[in-house]
Amino acid sequence: MSRSDTLLTPPPVDDSAGVGAGLDALEAVRAPRVPPGRVLREKVLPPVLGAVLVLGAWQLAYSLRLTTPDKLPSPAAVWGALTDLWYEGTLFSIVWTSVWRGLSGFLAAVAIGTPIGLLVARVKPVRAALGPVLSGLQSLPSVAWVPAAVIWLGIDDSAMYAVILLGAVPSIANGLIAGVDQVPPLFLRAGRTLGATGLRGARHVLLPAALPGYLAGLKQGWAFSWRSLMAAELIASSPDLGLGLGRYLENQREFSDMAGVLLGILLIFVVGVAVDLLVFAPVERRVLRARGLLVAAE
Amino acid sequence: MTTALTTPQNAPEDAPKGTPGTPGTPGTPESAPGTAAPETGAGAADGRPAVRLAHVTKAFGRPGAAAPVLDDISLDVAPGEFVTLVGASGCGKSTLLNLVAGLDRPSSGTIEVPGARPALMFQDHALFPWLTAGGNIELALRLAGVPRPERRPEAERLLELVRLGGAHGKRVHELSGGMRQRVALARALAQGGGVLLMDEPFAALDAITRDVLHDEITRIWRERRLTVLFVTHNVREAVRLAQRVVLLSSRPGRVAREWRIDLPNALRAESARAAELTTDITEHLRGEIRRHVPQ
Repeated sequence: MSRSDTLLTPPPVDDSAGVGAGLDALEAVRAPRVPPGRVLREKVLPPVLGAVLVLGAWQLAYSLRLTTPDKLPSPAAVWGALTDLWYEGTLFSIVWTSVWRGLSGFLAAVAIGTPIGLLVARVKPVRAALGPVLSGLQSLPSVAWVPAAVIWLGIDDSAMYAVILLGAVPSIANGLIAGVDQVPPLFLRAGRTLGATGLRGARHVLLPAALPGYLAGLKQGWAFSWRSLMAAELIASSPDLGLGLGRYLENQREFSDMAGVLLGILLIFVVGVAVDLLVFAPVERRVLRARGLLVAAE
Repeated sequence: MTTALTTPQNAPEDAPKGTPGTPGTPGTPESAPGTAAPETGAGAADGRPAVRLAHVTKAFGRPGAAAPVLDDISLDVAPGEFVTLVGASGCGKSTLLNLVAGLDRPSSGTIEVPGARPALMFQDHALFPWLTAGGNIELALRLAGVPRPERRPEAERLLELVRLGGAHGKRVHELSGGMRQRVALARALAQGGGVLLMDEPFAALDAITRDVLHDEITRIWRERRLTVLFVTHNVREAVRLAQRVVLLSSRPGRVAREWRIDLPNALRAESARAAELTTDITEHLRGEIRRHVPQ
């Protein structure tokens, strides 16, 4: 649209519609789709390279005999321990025992932590009373609860769940509180002028606005659940508990099987990362992208 | 957020009728012929103002502790009237709009806004980023009690009205600043009230976008017969848009002076009369500001 003549003659009234449409076309942000090749290059290649580097350094340290093989087994030995478990048919059941406990405990923590978080965030006296306790609990390592849980509940699954809850509920509640606190007051004002007050305000404005903070809390809550569970499984030993990852790790230590110990650590690591990557990362990315908070990062 | 929103609207009418308690309205008495501004709004028939402030005072903190932000403001806005409030910092412009919107209560005096809850537009678009452009409008419709099947078509209609047909599924961050303010305008209109309160809605926009939006708001005000109370510190903007410009003094905020502007909106950009008015209002505004030089 060439409009150099508008400088000379006063523009007609309806010209502003044309200018407006032109401005819209010029200024609208179009989020480009990232080509798959670039995703591969920028998102997949670096972590793979990192893993290869670590493996290489490990193999090198082993080959140079920096220490005895019973302290540092080769990557191949750890791989061997993994295939042994696979052929014994116990690999899946060991991992599943822990993952099931971790996930169901985490879901229970979400169900308990969310209302607590909302209550603390929105009700002043509750906040004054419980806020500091929640922050304090969050910094308390949940392993510290294992002895207490064992005495109260005995060495069984309920003790495991108690430790998971004590570890995860404070993070989830605190994440929600932070999310609510970070909601821009303008959104609340805008919501109130639209008539979103009380419960309708919470549902249509407050909760959706607090979602990114809440998701961050959930993510941290999962990390805390998983950590607490592993600590509990390491410490508490009973045939009632079944063989989970933590127990497997401790058993291999008792047999002085360093390859098994490293395998246990690796499996715990892989499960933690996998849940984060497969469950939380996609949800978080979707939420942030929908709000335009990821555009610059891509 | 306090959950209970008390709107001091529809309060019993005890304020005297007639011109508001301003110390005379010097303004511009002449009314240019052939410039009939739309005087008829939704509730014009009964002659009641669309917004009436009677001796409104607002002080924050303990009563009497500090000078009030607003002091004895009386102001009537007729249905279908476009009034701009001009003033320097500290004149309580935004406080005044909050009071009219029902977000806050006056310390004394009464505010009447018969009809539906007035809509409020901010300098920041305040659109909810978790919803699409259309979703924002549909939420406003939903909160206004519009049944579900009617929301989508009504949202489309409102987007057409602000010349954003086809933007229904767009995310807020995909829109330019001017487009966001237009969606915010559509959302405000979705509330269904005839009264639109605007708190420096175009202050953050570039000059060209602002020009375009000035034409748009004028057009929509006419088409929808809205009552607009528009706060700005930009005198040119005030003169360009309003039928009446109200100058507020600062600390405390009082109605200092009023001007009636009887010029067709389309001609104001070039009109010598508008330029004169702008100069005159600016001079008074500067005078108000100079009063605050520390002695």
